[in-house]
Amino acid sequence: MSGLSPSLRVFRGLLKELREIHGTTYKNTLAYNYVIDQFRKNGVTGERQCRARQEALHLSQAYLCLLRSTREHLALHKLYHGKGDRGLAEMASLVGLRLPSQPGGKGWEE
Amino acid sequence: MLRSIVRLQCQLGSSRTLLKYCSRDPASNFSIQSNAYSSAMTERRKFYKDVSIAQGEGGVYEVHLDRRKLKTPGGKLFTVPNESLAVAVATEWDAQKETLKYYSMHLTTLCNTAIDNPTHRDKQQMITASLKFVETDTVCYRIDDPPALVELQKNEWDPVLHWIENRYNVEIGSSYNILGPEIPAATIDTFRQHLNSYNFWSLTGLEFVITQLKSVVLSLALIDRHLTVEEAVLLSRLEEEYQIERWGSVEWCHDYDMYELRARTAAGALFVQLSSEMSSVKRKLMQDC
Repeated sequence: MSGLSPSLRVFRGLLKELREIHGTTYKNTLAYNYVIDQFRKNGVTGERQCRARQEALHLSQAYLCLLRSTREHLALHKLYHGKGDRGLAEMASLVGLRLPSQPGGKGWEE
Repeated sequence: MLRSIVRLQCQLGSSRTLLKYCSRDPASNFSIQSNAYSSAMTERRKFYKDVSIAQGEGGVYEVHLDRRKLKTPGGKLFTVPNESLAVAVATEWDAQKETLKYYSMHLTTLCNTAIDNPTHRDKQQMITASLKFVETDTVCYRIDDPPALVELQKNEWDPVLHWIENRYNVEIGSSYNILGPEIPAATIDTFRQHLNSYNFWSLTGLEFVITQLKSVVLSLALIDRHLTVEEAVLLSRLEEEYQIERWGSVEWCHDYDMYELRARTAAGALFVQLSSEMSSVKRKLMQDC
């Protein structure tokens, strides 16, 4: 992996992220076609340095960072973010209590 | 008495969603816009299958969800100035699975802010707000106690500070004092002139990046392609990273924060570049080299 040029590494990273988002059908998406198109235009394997290519590289690195960080962030969010308040019965059972049950209802339900 | 309370609760139950929004922000009125914006953390069921983009009138791009046109929370038609941004926004909508997680759609949020301008500010007000951060810039405030951290701040922050001073020919400096360095008025003027050259959209993005990194120096270094997003975020969180190295990392706090900051910063930086450059300029430059 370290032998690859920086742009090729970003390119592969982007494809991996798009695959993560869309699964196996990722080749039919807008983003896939756009990324391929842009990298082809800017010559992925070219040796020559020029401003436009630097710009494109920086832009693609930022995009890769956006996709990757959003995925990682959402994974942590799913794992750790609170799901809201627990119900009364669930809360009571946490400390080993049970709500009293009244077979005939409490008298004021409709 | 009890019965009437129960009945009241039943009636309120139908408008529970509305109450939920209002309880978060007691000052919010009932206008559509404030409700739409305050629901940013809530999720909504995905109501579309296909996402596509189309070129509308005047060369701007629209995003279509199935056959419906995407609109902003303020009710305006969602349009972006170029194809790259439209594709990136469409990909965000396409990436949503069962529910729409608005809080993870940073590019969409930035576009909405630029289109709706919910705080009704003009360019000068945004520039002033951004430049407020120069006075309290993260990289200017140094600590003098644990020698290792002093060394780290010097080694990591000084190069960026020198770079920006040379690039814009300004004087910023750093300070161990709680009052921070004295920033000359000429420095602010230079930055103000520079920011004036940005259009409204890229200024929206730049201000967003500055408020995320808490640093004008790091933000400009990022936008000028001197730093990558990862580097800029690392430098912005330098003291935290030092403490993590010493005391250990807590995933649900440190990593969570870092990924969120990276995502937001990357979105802001992308937004600035995509909305300030047109692809025709790029192609012309390509022919020159």
